[in-house]
Amino acid sequence: MSITTNTNESAGGNLTARALREGIFAGIVALGLFVLFVGLETTQNIRNELVLNQRWGLLAIFVIIAAVGRFLTVAYFQPSMAARKAAASKTAVDTEESFFKRNFSKIAIAALLIYPPLMVMLFGVQGSLKWVDNFGIQILIYVMLAWGLNIVVGLAGLLDLGYVAFYAVGAYSYALLSQQFGFSFWLLLPLAGILAAFWGMILGFPVLRLKGDYLAIVTLAFGEIIRLVLINWTEVTRGTFGVSGIPKASVFGIWSFDVSAPNNFAKAFGLPMSSAYYKIFLFYLILALALLTAYVTIRLRRMPIGRAWEALREDEIACRSLGINTVTTKLTAFSIGAMFGGFAGSFFAVRQGFVSPESFVFLESAIILAIVVLGGMGSLVGIAVAAVVMVGGTELLREMTFLKAVFGPDFTPELYRMLIFGLAMVVVMVWKPRGFVGSREPTAFLRERKAVSGSFTKEGHG
Amino acid sequence: MEYFIQQLVNGLTLGSIYGLIAIGYTMVYGIIGMINFAHGDIFMLGGFAALITFLVLTSVFVGLPVVILLLVMIAAAMLTASLWNWTIEKVAYRPLRGSFRLAPLITAIGMSIALSNFIQVTQGPRNKPIPPMVSSVYNVFGIAISLKQLIIMFLTVTLLAVFWYIVNKTSLGRAQRATEQDRKMAALLGIDVDRTISVTFIMGASLAAVAGTMYLMYYGVTVFTDGFIPGVKAFTAAVLGGIGSLPGAVLGGLLIGLIESLWSAYFTIDYKDVATFSILAIVLIFKPSGILGRPEVEKV
Repeated sequence: MSITTNTNESAGGNLTARALREGIFAGIVALGLFVLFVGLETTQNIRNELVLNQRWGLLAIFVIIAAVGRFLTVAYFQPSMAARKAAASKTAVDTEESFFKRNFSKIAIAALLIYPPLMVMLFGVQGSLKWVDNFGIQILIYVMLAWGLNIVVGLAGLLDLGYVAFYAVGAYSYALLSQQFGFSFWLLLPLAGILAAFWGMILGFPVLRLKGDYLAIVTLAFGEIIRLVLINWTEVTRGTFGVSGIPKASVFGIWSFDVSAPNNFAKAFGLPMSSAYYKIFLFYLILALALLTAYVTIRLRRMPIGRAWEALREDEIACRSLGINTVTTKLTAFSIGAMFGGFAGSFFAVRQGFVSPESFVFLESAIILAIVVLGGMGSLVGIAVAAVVMVGGTELLREMTFLKAVFGPDFTPELYRMLIFGLAMVVVMVWKPRGFVGSREPTAFLRERKAVSGSFTKEGHG
Repeated sequence: MEYFIQQLVNGLTLGSIYGLIAIGYTMVYGIIGMINFAHGDIFMLGGFAALITFLVLTSVFVGLPVVILLLVMIAAAMLTASLWNWTIEKVAYRPLRGSFRLAPLITAIGMSIALSNFIQVTQGPRNKPIPPMVSSVYNVFGIAISLKQLIIMFLTVTLLAVFWYIVNKTSLGRAQRATEQDRKMAALLGIDVDRTISVTFIMGASLAAVAGTMYLMYYGVTVFTDGFIPGVKAFTAAVLGGIGSLPGAVLGGLLIGLIESLWSAYFTIDYKDVATFSILAIVLIFKPSGILGRPEVEKV
């Protein structure tokens, strides 16, 4: 166990010797970890048999990085961190928050409102597509989903690993109902929310007695059941082929985005035909939906039901002793969270024009939950920042074509997207277990508002 | 009747594999109270280590006896998976021990995503088939039992005997049980808690690696996503048997294997995973302590 030997000894030569020892040890461990998986590659030959491909150079790079990294960490990084920590604890003064920090959410909303026109100006009508659709809409969907899940996990403290089920319910209710009955988006959006909320209630009811990890696993099971039913109930959902040709949304029925329609948006304003207008409209739509989620969350936190959620998160037994009906409290959290998932789902169906069970795998639930937790559970701004960093960051990888110049033409950065996402979850969690925003503003206070450090609150028990 | 017994044999084989994985879940949950979500991927990693060892051995020594081949594969898989689980525990779980309960679960999910994608990146996303290693089938009273199935059941029983001995009769097992009951008290009495937890992770991983090797041998194919569904099923097995209980994990594994193969045989194969997940939900809702588990007492 040489890695965990005490870190107090700081005499120079001693430290270097220890760092060297640990560096070599880390190198040996890395060799053991990677020798089979990195040193050898299994590939199919022409006769479709597996053959081995040797990559000892790559293995050597992995081992050297591990050894040198460990050596530098022990020899330089840890002492300097310890020194900085000691210095920081002496001079802990609270500083006045800057103007930017105080008005962060207002500035962010303003920036988002001018984001699509700005992109159109910078990259032209067609060029803006990528930035508005791949980045803007994609991130905002996750922001909305994470804010919806935040009601369940962050406020009520109920750990839900199957949130994507409600997203799926919303998406499929829009896809199927609009195709079967020809209802418009504006009618089906609330309907999808209601259906998802209904499912939230159905799934929430049996799990009321469960807590913590057990609750997480049962919700995971429910999420998987819904996905498997979507795959196998082929008469209705068309199985893995999915539902395609989902009608587009219109601007409240006034302007349409169908190319052949007489009231086409581009025609009405005499603009050149482009799919970018639809995407920009969708951007504002999801922005409005996300802001609605945030607004409802903020208002609910000030209402008795929101207070009950937060009380439930902190201590369920105390909650029951004080006469709060935990059954209705939990069910409302589940169903309101699910409702926003349903809204986001129907938006997703409208945006893609195609839904299939592929989009609602467990990984999506894990990503949404990771965003909520990394954002610092309960903090809306923190969650939005986490969504931008995690989703935008991995989306950005697709754009990094210059890496091809470094690693050769076979290098495809997209492949590393989820690997980096998973590692980032681990690293951020270990580095900042309380998330990016580790403190929270209390909603109920006596005379003076005092932010509570995240380390004083305990959540995730219910 | 013969059809039924045939399905019973198939179910027991599958159940043995689930049981071996479930032990890892149940031991880790027992000792530090976290769901090691990456355990299913450790199982997959073990399968891949066995696959690569198989390819190395068959390309270097042609005509090696199958027994030696299997033993070396198992040993390599156990070593690799143990080293991975040991490292993961050290890097990702240990710093968060004392943190709030959700933290290790989130890192475990992150690790699970990272591990399966690591294999996808380094070994490619395609199915990896191997030629059949043991193909003899015995006919016992009209029921076909393959040598593969016998090997799996024999290995499971042997490993369980060894593990039962370690946990119940050795000082290491005593340290584990003590740590499980009260970590602080165990530390005060001179047990190296960190080391005990590390050893628990190593034990769980080596069993999962054996299961991974068996899975590879049984189905003859593996792929980087193979960790998730067997992982969740094994967790279901651990919960069904009563989490924290070793015999419970095996019992749960066998039951899940039986339910799955009988469901596929008599109902529809499409919904066999739905059946397993429903059992998980039903057990947790009506009897959260499982079949052999101790009920959890709520302390105020």
